[in-house]
Order: sequence, then structure tokens, then C-alpha cells
Amino acid sequence: MTYQFDFGWLLPYMTVLLKGIGITLQLILVGAVLGVALGTACAWVRALGPVWLKPVVAGYVELIRNTPFLIQLFFIFFGLPSLGVQMSELTAANLAMIVNLGAYSCEIVRAGIQATPRGQFEAGASLAMTPFETFWHVVLIPALQRIWPALSSQIVIVMLGSAVVSQIAAEDLTFAANFIQSRNFRAFETYFVSTLIYLALAILLRQALSGLGWALFPKKKA
Amino acid sequence: MVEFTLWDILRNLLLATRWTIALSLVSFIGGGIVGALLLFVRIGGSRVARLFAKGYVELFQGAPLLMQLFLAFFGLGLFGIDVPAWLAAGVALVLWTAAFLAEIWRGCVESIARGQWEASSSLGMGYIQQMRWVILPQALKVAVPPTVGFSVQVVKGTALTSIIGFVELSKAGSVVTNATFQPFTVYGLVALIYFALCWPLSKSSQMLERKLNVAHRDH
Repeated sequence: MTYQFDFGWLLPYMTVLLKGIGITLQLILVGAVLGVALGTACAWVRALGPVWLKPVVAGYVELIRNTPFLIQLFFIFFGLPSLGVQMSELTAANLAMIVNLGAYSCEIVRAGIQATPRGQFEAGASLAMTPFETFWHVVLIPALQRIWPALSSQIVIVMLGSAVVSQIAAEDLTFAANFIQSRNFRAFETYFVSTLIYLALAILLRQALSGLGWALFPKKKA
Repeated sequence: MVEFTLWDILRNLLLATRWTIALSLVSFIGGGIVGALLLFVRIGGSRVARLFAKGYVELFQGAPLLMQLFLAFFGLGLFGIDVPAWLAAGVALVLWTAAFLAEIWRGCVESIARGQWEASSSLGMGYIQQMRWVILPQALKVAVPPTVGFSVQVVKGTALTSIIGFVELSKAGSVVTNATFQPFTVYGLVALIYFALCWPLSKSSQMLERKLNVAHRDH
């Protein structure tokens, strides 16, 4: 192998990389918060919601979970404008991530809700709470606590999956890497460094989420 | 301008679907073989080997598949090989699949009670014999549903190979869109074809889980 590795070429592009990291973080932040909110709403529908809405949500979940994220992204960004719904790359990327995470987190949260003992619902009802109040005050928090690790993993997976939003020219970390390697022709080095950055982001995100889990669901004193 | 009928679009997409299926099969089988090797190393290898297997899994699970594809595509090129897209796609997907399958199967092996290892060891069995005759036959039952479930991720993962220029279903979708200017129809159909491939796998994974879990029900 006569190729000489040279990472020095990356230095002038530090700001480009940092900007890309910023966009990736922003995408996952918005995607995670709204995606989990959507997923929780869907889980409520599937567990306790109105009967007519259940098949709709089930269809949405199955459709999203069985198609590639890339195609969902293309459909939203390239397909929807022909229906008159037009949006910027970043909005499309955000929307795709929310819709994607919404479907996965729906299944995860639902599993948490189903693991709630029947007595908890009955106890809520006996305190004259409406079904929705019972769900909100009694069922949801312990359910989220139960499935927090699974939810965290899914959020990290969606963050890693977000690398493909560069394909609709949303300027995330991968987009920055593509841009840099088109300038310095050092493709391997550039992608190697961005892979390491993604790895670090994944580790940091996992830590942050488990920290958030500790803060949101403090262990009850026995 | 040439007019494209729905059948023209669908026919071209279906022809490209062959490549999605072929790449999925190669990745899944290749990944299964590499994953099984990793599993053996991860559970019974020396300390260094175990650490290597653990690091491998962390690395491939913690980096985006797209980056792995880029690295395979440009990295193999450094050795002076002219890398066709299908080769980079195959290599990257096999390595990626192996990491996930090894981790899934490790969980299954570890779910087997410790006493089974001790009992077989007390019968004088070596590591390979224990795995072959005692542990794997039991772990297999636990492993089938999540393995089938993961195959869905593999099929969806092949979509990313379109980005390094491998012409499969997703790439065909882009090409056909550029020819027909009907992104809504084309990507809609592409999504439906992926759904037709993945949904039976998801469903059978769920059914297998219910069927094979008979012994552990009511816990």
C-alpha cells in the first residue's frame, strides 16, 4: 500500500465539521422530543384510545417500521411537494425523524403500558379519576421508567440513522464530510474522522439519556 | 416526451428488487457466519479475543451504517483495488450484520442457565462440545424470533447502498423518478415494495415468538 495517510488536511475544515455536528445534534434533539411525544400519543391510542383510531395508528406503525428511513425521507422531501406540501431540507429531515421515531417509540411505550398491573387502572378508577387522568398520572410515568433503556437505544439508533439526511442536502455531519472530501480528495481520512465523531456522539447521547433517566425517574426511597 | 405507464415504473422497480433481495441474502448469510464466529470468540475466547469481539460490536453498532459503507467503499480502494459498488456494499453489510447478530445471539446464549454449563462441564465436555450439544440447541429456540426480526433491519439497510451507487430498489427509485418526474408515485411504490418484503418477516418473527415461547408463558 503506497497511500500516505494525512489528517492535516482536515484542520482548515474544523468549522464545517462543527457546524455539521451542531445540525446533527439539533436534528436528534427535536426528533427525540417530538418523536417520543408522538409515540406516546400513539401508544395511548393503541392501549386505551378510541376504537376507530386504533387501526389507523397500527397501520402507521407497521408501515414505518417496515420501510427504510431513506425512502421515508425521499417520500417526504421529493414526493409530498406534488401534493403541494413543500418544505426545506431541514424541516423534511426533522419531520422524517419524528415520524420514524414516533412509530418505534409507540411500540416501546405500549409495551411499558401493557406491563402495568390491572390493579393500577382500577385503583385510579376507584379514586374517581377519568381514564385519561389515570393514564396520565398513574400509568404513564412508571411505564416510561420501565422502558427508558429501550427508548434510549432507539433514540441513539435514530441519531445514527440521521446520517442519510445528507442525501436531501440537509447540512448535517455527513453532509459536512461529503463536502470536505470533495474539496481535499481525502475521502478515507474524512470519513474515518466523521465515523469517530459519530461514535463519540452515540456514547455521549447514551450517557446523557441515562442521566436524564436518573433525573426524571428518581429511585423511590424504600 | 416519453410517457411512462404505471406498469413501466413498477416493472423497472421490481427488476431492481432482485438486487435488494440478493444483497439482503448475501448480507444475512455472510453476517450470520461472521456473527457466529464472533459469538464463539465473545463467549469462550481468551481475554484479548473477548475484548476484540466486544470492541468490534461496539464499533459497528455505534457508527452509522452509511459511514461504514463510505469507509468500505473508499478504504478498499486504498489497497489499489478498483472497488465496484456491490463489493463495498456486500463487505460493509456483512460486517454490520455480523455485529448485531453476534450481540443478539450472545443474549440468547446467556439466557441459558449457568447450571447447564456446569453440568456439561462435569460430564467432561470441552467448550465446543458444550456449545454444540448443550447450549446452542437450547439457545436456538430463543434466538429464532429476534434473528428473523433483525432480517428486517438488513433488508432496510440495503437501501443505503444506493448512496454509494449500488443499483437496487432505492437507487432504481431515484433513477425512475428522474426519468418520469413522478416522485410521489415512484417513492410510494418503492415504499410498498419494501413493505411487501419486510412485513412478512416482521409478522413471522412475532408469530414465532408467540409459538416458541410456550414454555415461558405465564411468568
